[in-house]
Amino acid sequence: MSTIDTHGPHDSHAAHGHDDHGHGGHHHEGSYLTPRGGLFSTIWSWMTTVDHKKLGVMYLTAVLTLFFVGGVAALAVRAELWAPNRAVSETQPDGTVKTTIKGQLFNIGVPTEVTKVDPATGKPVLDAQGNEVKEWKRVESLNSGNQTYNRIMTLHGAIMVFMVIIPSIPAALGNFFLPIMLGAKDVAFPRLNLLSWWVYVFGSVFAVASVIVGGVDTGWTFYTPYSTMTDAGHWRVVAMVAGAFILGFSSILTGLNFIVTVHKLRAPGMGWFDMPLFVWAIYATAIIQVLATPVIGITLLMLIFERLFHVGIFDPRMGGDPVLFQHFFWFYSHPVVYVMILPGMGVASELIAVHAHKRLFGYRAIAFASLGIAGVSFIVWGHHMFTAEGELAAAVFSALTFLVAIPTAVKVFNWLGTLYKAHISINTPMCYALSFLFLFSIGGLTGLPLATLSTDMHLHDSYFVVAHFHYVMMGSTLIAFVGGIHHWWPKMFGRMYNDTWGIIGCVLVFIGFNVTFFTQFFLGTRGMPRRYASYVDEFTIFHQISTVGSWILALGFLITLFNLLHSLVAGKKAPPNPWGGLTLEWSVESPPSEHNFHHEPLVTHGPYAFDEVVPFHRTPEEFPLPPKPVGGGHH
Amino acid sequence: MSAIDSHGSPPTAAGGKGPLWSRMKHAHHFRNHDEEFDACKLGMWLFLTTEVLLFSGLFVAYAIMRMKYPQAFTNGSHYLDWRWGGLNTIVLLLSSFTMAYSIRNAQMNKQGWLKFNLAFTVLCGALFLVIKFTLEYAPKWAQGKRPGFLFSYPNAQDPYEPIWWSIYYSATGIHATHVLIGMGLITYLFLRSLKGTYGPKHYTGVEVVGLYWHLVDLIWIFLFPLLYLIH
Repeated sequence: MSTIDTHGPHDSHAAHGHDDHGHGGHHHEGSYLTPRGGLFSTIWSWMTTVDHKKLGVMYLTAVLTLFFVGGVAALAVRAELWAPNRAVSETQPDGTVKTTIKGQLFNIGVPTEVTKVDPATGKPVLDAQGNEVKEWKRVESLNSGNQTYNRIMTLHGAIMVFMVIIPSIPAALGNFFLPIMLGAKDVAFPRLNLLSWWVYVFGSVFAVASVIVGGVDTGWTFYTPYSTMTDAGHWRVVAMVAGAFILGFSSILTGLNFIVTVHKLRAPGMGWFDMPLFVWAIYATAIIQVLATPVIGITLLMLIFERLFHVGIFDPRMGGDPVLFQHFFWFYSHPVVYVMILPGMGVASELIAVHAHKRLFGYRAIAFASLGIAGVSFIVWGHHMFTAEGELAAAVFSALTFLVAIPTAVKVFNWLGTLYKAHISINTPMCYALSFLFLFSIGGLTGLPLATLSTDMHLHDSYFVVAHFHYVMMGSTLIAFVGGIHHWWPKMFGRMYNDTWGIIGCVLVFIGFNVTFFTQFFLGTRGMPRRYASYVDEFTIFHQISTVGSWILALGFLITLFNLLHSLVAGKKAPPNPWGGLTLEWSVESPPSEHNFHHEPLVTHGPYAFDEVVPFHRTPEEFPLPPKPVGGGHH
Repeated sequence: MSAIDSHGSPPTAAGGKGPLWSRMKHAHHFRNHDEEFDACKLGMWLFLTTEVLLFSGLFVAYAIMRMKYPQAFTNGSHYLDWRWGGLNTIVLLLSSFTMAYSIRNAQMNKQGWLKFNLAFTVLCGALFLVIKFTLEYAPKWAQGKRPGFLFSYPNAQDPYEPIWWSIYYSATGIHATHVLIGMGLITYLFLRSLKGTYGPKHYTGVEVVGLYWHLVDLIWIFLFPLLYLIH
């Protein structure tokens, strides 16, 4: 035991986890979850709390809720693609031609002004002057069905990107664990942290409200001039864009808070290279959030001006430049791709080290790779616009894009190096970590043909791109997120979930994901363009396989959800250190006390020194140290 | 409210004698006053970085549009009167001086000067906005020199002048919003200074708001030549 806690023997410390009331004799404060006062005062105390752990749990709840909404939208998109949409005209026996729409599941129609018809006579209704009476009706057509599809797809994309993936690991797990892993009592600015949670809620309400009143069909990228012209005169698009702008504020404030926390609040003895790699990843992420998000802020603000006042900066009719919007948009949104993946890499590093019980291979290389990815992320935005920019620019951006592969591959090889000859526990978090390795490798490698100009000419804007970014954003980031939830669930809520059902859920997610998205690589190489609600008949079988995959995926996530919720009610009490981790969060009770630590911890060993120290609250019999090399000099 | 929430709230005064600033406690999760001061300063510098990047988007839009339509931008800067812009520059520079001076006043425990300088800074901000709105925006708007589709100035010499006005109003409008926010923050400092909150041991708030105010000034220092002086 190297973290010094001068208050009594460690066994009594460990015993708190088994105590019925969750708190022991000489520490009279309960865990952060212990309710104080009645129901309403408890709810109020959560809504106004500045405790980073409660805020982490609140983010987790909000992110999972929105993940559910975005997931249902994804299922709807996949279901719509079950069959191609066709308007079939048939001549009826009485000679009239009847047109039916086939293959469409969702069609809310478009409000259209039509002549009012008397249902009894089938003739137009006339008013006193003999004019035909007009009425507003929702008219269904092939096109209105496509519009419904566009709106559901935009809902899915905007929710998943802005409200789920970006805040998922940093805001939920990062808020909860970054301060504890550093040995701090809280983040540097607790009230700012609360503000950024409320800003997040406020921005999400804006975006979701724009969907409730009819939906936005711009896609999550809001490309001009479409986004400045569609749905003219209505406030929906402005509300959605304003929502994204407000969410950006939340992202900036969280990132700023984390950077200052890492710089100023590390426990005594914790140098930069004693920090867990999860903290390094969140730190690199926070730098990107702080540096890139303001650019999307001004871009979205100008888009709002464009819609409200027609300022013309992005409007070619006025002499403006729509490609400028794309440059601005991707100057933020490409770095933000790494806001999405870097925290996932951080979680993967923790999962692999702890559940393989082995010192991470190449700690410094992984830490610097995080910063390297953050740096490179700012100079590759042009690869989203190979077909919209000059040839020279495209060639330069293509070359720069290949740089990303270097730090990324460094990380993958280091994780594999860690697993080599390790004592691997096959449990739920490790299953997710292995899924992450497989899916991330596929996602990363399929990025190379997209970065190569000649192959990209064929593959761009196709399902190949869709499959590629789902492998990275969902297959890697969200899989790491769910893996991280399983890894830290006992610490957050003090309960153990059923490991068997956890593994079953993970395997179903892994299979479902690959069935859904690997198929889309084939669709893309065969020429299926992205964003369309319909397709030629030859693609039907691939789309149906992909849709079945989405059901398996959904089943896997539902099992996982029920398993986790079940553990809250009926799970075993979690010990302080169920996995044998060496980072500071495993030194405190499960769930942690309000102030995290009873005494300021002193860090005397590295976060992954599994070959040197016995984990907190565990005995040498449970985690034997490897034998010291005899004779010396032979290793 | 649980224990941690009450501890995490802003620095509160402990009981006892002496002026308020000497009794202010640091937040519970910092080890001491200095650590809190450094953290707040670092946080504000990071925030200022985001502000610079926010305006950099506007500067890039300015550069690209200027490159595409040099004539419209040359005409545009001729429509602006550099004397009003110059006066506003002087007003903001003066306010930056009084802001910096108020930090010094807090450090030296000169409570009277601290209140005076904070109030003076707010008034300079107000003067800036008055000049901007009444002497610059209002007459131009009335002449039809407006952004985008609202543009209706009959004597325009170049078809792309609406773009110039779009950039002008966006950039100066967002800057004016920042001046307004800064005035709000300094007013808050002023009200707290009436109670004697700031002094040699506790002046973090004055320091970080001062940093923000200097940045607002600095943005104007860049906007002024770009919009008014370059022909």
